[in-house]
Amino acid sequence: MSSASSDEELGTEYTFYRDKPDWKDIEPLSQDEDDPVVAIDYSPEFTDVFNYFRAIVSKGEKSERALILTKDAVKLNPANYTVWQYRREVLKELNKDLYEELCFIEAIIFKQPKNYQVWQHRRILVEWVNDPKYEKNVTKIAIEKDAKNYHAWQHRQWVIKRFNLYEDELNFVEKLIELDVRNNSAWNHRYFIINNSTGFTEDILRKEIDFTLENIRKATENESSWNYLRGLVLHNNQGLSGNKTITEFCESLYSSGNKSSFLLSLIVDICGEQASKGVVDADVKIERGRALCEELATKIDPIRKNYWRYIAENLENGIKTSGDSSKVL
Amino acid sequence: MTFRLSCRDLEFLKTLRFNDEDLQTLTSTEQKEVEETVLKKYSTFHASKKAYDSAPDVNRHKHALFLTDSLLNLSKGYEALDASRTWICYWVLHSLSLLEVLIGDKVKTACTQFLAKCQNPTGGFGGGPGQISHLAPTYAAVNALIILGTEEAYKVINREKLSDFLWTLKQQNGSFCMHVDGEIDIRGVYCALAVASLTNILSDKLCENTAGWIISCQTYEGGFGGCPDMEAHGGYTFCGLASLIILGKHHLCDIQSLLRWLVHRQMSLEGGFQGRTNKLVDGCYSFWQGAAFTLIHNLLDNPPQHYLFDNRALQEYILICAQHSNGGLIDKPGKHRDEYHSCYVLSGLSIAQHFNSDYQILGNSRNEVACTHPVYNIRVDLLKKGIFHYRASKLVEEL
Repeated sequence: MSSASSDEELGTEYTFYRDKPDWKDIEPLSQDEDDPVVAIDYSPEFTDVFNYFRAIVSKGEKSERALILTKDAVKLNPANYTVWQYRREVLKELNKDLYEELCFIEAIIFKQPKNYQVWQHRRILVEWVNDPKYEKNVTKIAIEKDAKNYHAWQHRQWVIKRFNLYEDELNFVEKLIELDVRNNSAWNHRYFIINNSTGFTEDILRKEIDFTLENIRKATENESSWNYLRGLVLHNNQGLSGNKTITEFCESLYSSGNKSSFLLSLIVDICGEQASKGVVDADVKIERGRALCEELATKIDPIRKNYWRYIAENLENGIKTSGDSSKVL
Repeated sequence: MTFRLSCRDLEFLKTLRFNDEDLQTLTSTEQKEVEETVLKKYSTFHASKKAYDSAPDVNRHKHALFLTDSLLNLSKGYEALDASRTWICYWVLHSLSLLEVLIGDKVKTACTQFLAKCQNPTGGFGGGPGQISHLAPTYAAVNALIILGTEEAYKVINREKLSDFLWTLKQQNGSFCMHVDGEIDIRGVYCALAVASLTNILSDKLCENTAGWIISCQTYEGGFGGCPDMEAHGGYTFCGLASLIILGKHHLCDIQSLLRWLVHRQMSLEGGFQGRTNKLVDGCYSFWQGAAFTLIHNLLDNPPQHYLFDNRALQEYILICAQHSNGGLIDKPGKHRDEYHSCYVLSGLSIAQHFNSDYQILGNSRNEVACTHPVYNIRVDLLKKGIFHYRASKLVEEL
């Protein structure tokens, strides 16, 4: 922010480090390679900046000019973790204003939102200043630009956990689900919030099941909401088959002629669970599940034919296929 | 046994379009766009194919040219990958080994010397010479050296120092950070366990608490996220499952929910895999998700006699949609070719073609690529040779 040289757009009116009077004392260090493979045809600017970067690292110089140089280097390649790491050492050594650095990294994040290094740099800065006040907004903007950006979600979850910022998160996520009910990252985040704040108490579980069923009704082929429903049931000791709201919902949807593969798949698991509990008409349940698997394999979901036949076979052999909540929770 | 497969019927494919139930969202709009692009590729193939063609050929020659070219020279555009050069080395060498393209001794030596320059005296490898050690480029470098397979290459790895490096990254909760001061995620665990097991420096102490941490990354959907609470994702699921298998602790995870999540990542119409629920197909998941099927198969109570995914449809996607006309492989039609996708699409093709000891080849039998190992993603014969080499030399821990 202070230096004129680093604020110039690289490549336009670029002054080479080798031509800068204040760098005259440094001997540039070129990359150590004799017979190069995977050799990149670096631009002259890139070579210049990194030759000087190698030189100051080898000297261990942590100065204002080194800070400017690292800025130029990360602009050329924001994925260079060595530069970021060195930059952090310099920031610390010079006791720099870290809020200024948070602004700088924010700008780079918006240019490079799918880069591990830029988010990690931000995370370390947030730890250093011990102040998460900008994080929800920064991740919100990144998520508005790409609602499934994994890095942005990961940063948001980290900051929420680290600083206990669960408040208002359900609202945030609800709006995203409203906007795109198929946004699986949003559903995952919803699970994260509840699981780590209130927990899935009986009352919350009931509300969540209602919320999910309502969203399934809107788009019955939407895997995200069905998966979330299965996630909820992991917290319910009665399992799938013991939850009347769910079984009745499924049966009524099925009777209406709905053939969503996720609906049929859930009914298959309900049948399997009932049979394994030793109900009187276990044979009938197994036969129904088996028939549904065959319908999935041949008509509804043919790409997963082998899987549905495997599930049918397991049903007959009484092997549990719905999952094991004790291992996921 | 070798089985010849042929493509699915075009009219049938048209019935598999995504049903948005009159509720359009960004996800459904993008999905439908990709389906139409993919259908166009499938239609073009069916319209132009001759009676004796059952599927397009693997463009071996063009892929090999693209790959060998990038082993030597990369354009200015690759500056963004300057911290991933050991990766490029691995992606290219592995792809060429699957295509069974031989590499001359001179190039092998040059690759070996380059990788040696990326190794740091404190252990581990950076993405290029002079860069600090990082687990991802370390994994890439170790794999590349094993693929090179010469004594000279094997000798590059300083195993004692590698072990020291891994210890500097180990966290008390069992996870690993990617580099000193770096991020912690499940890639770290996989890279650490892969290189440690390959070079015979894995000890019980090094992986203390690790299995438990991996399990904490399995989500309610069944797949694994990058860290606890994060969304299930193909790349991270591969890392989690492969790591559990290296540790022999796969029984700790919920296999049935993992399998359910995994099978649903194959796209009905496209035939390829998506990385996460409701995301788009991407050729690279042919390996990440495909290999997970190979890994999971033998963990099942009654493993069936066939794959649990449609390996014909996956090969169809790879051959028709993921080959760039100028050589190299891609994410999806319209995307640029690159070494990363070339590596993981070809690796996925290998997985799809080899089931147990059977060969199931879509199209011409010349389409077969060599068999890759689903845990390490190194050609099986090269992997065995490498493991044998390091097994024969003493464990660092015992020194």
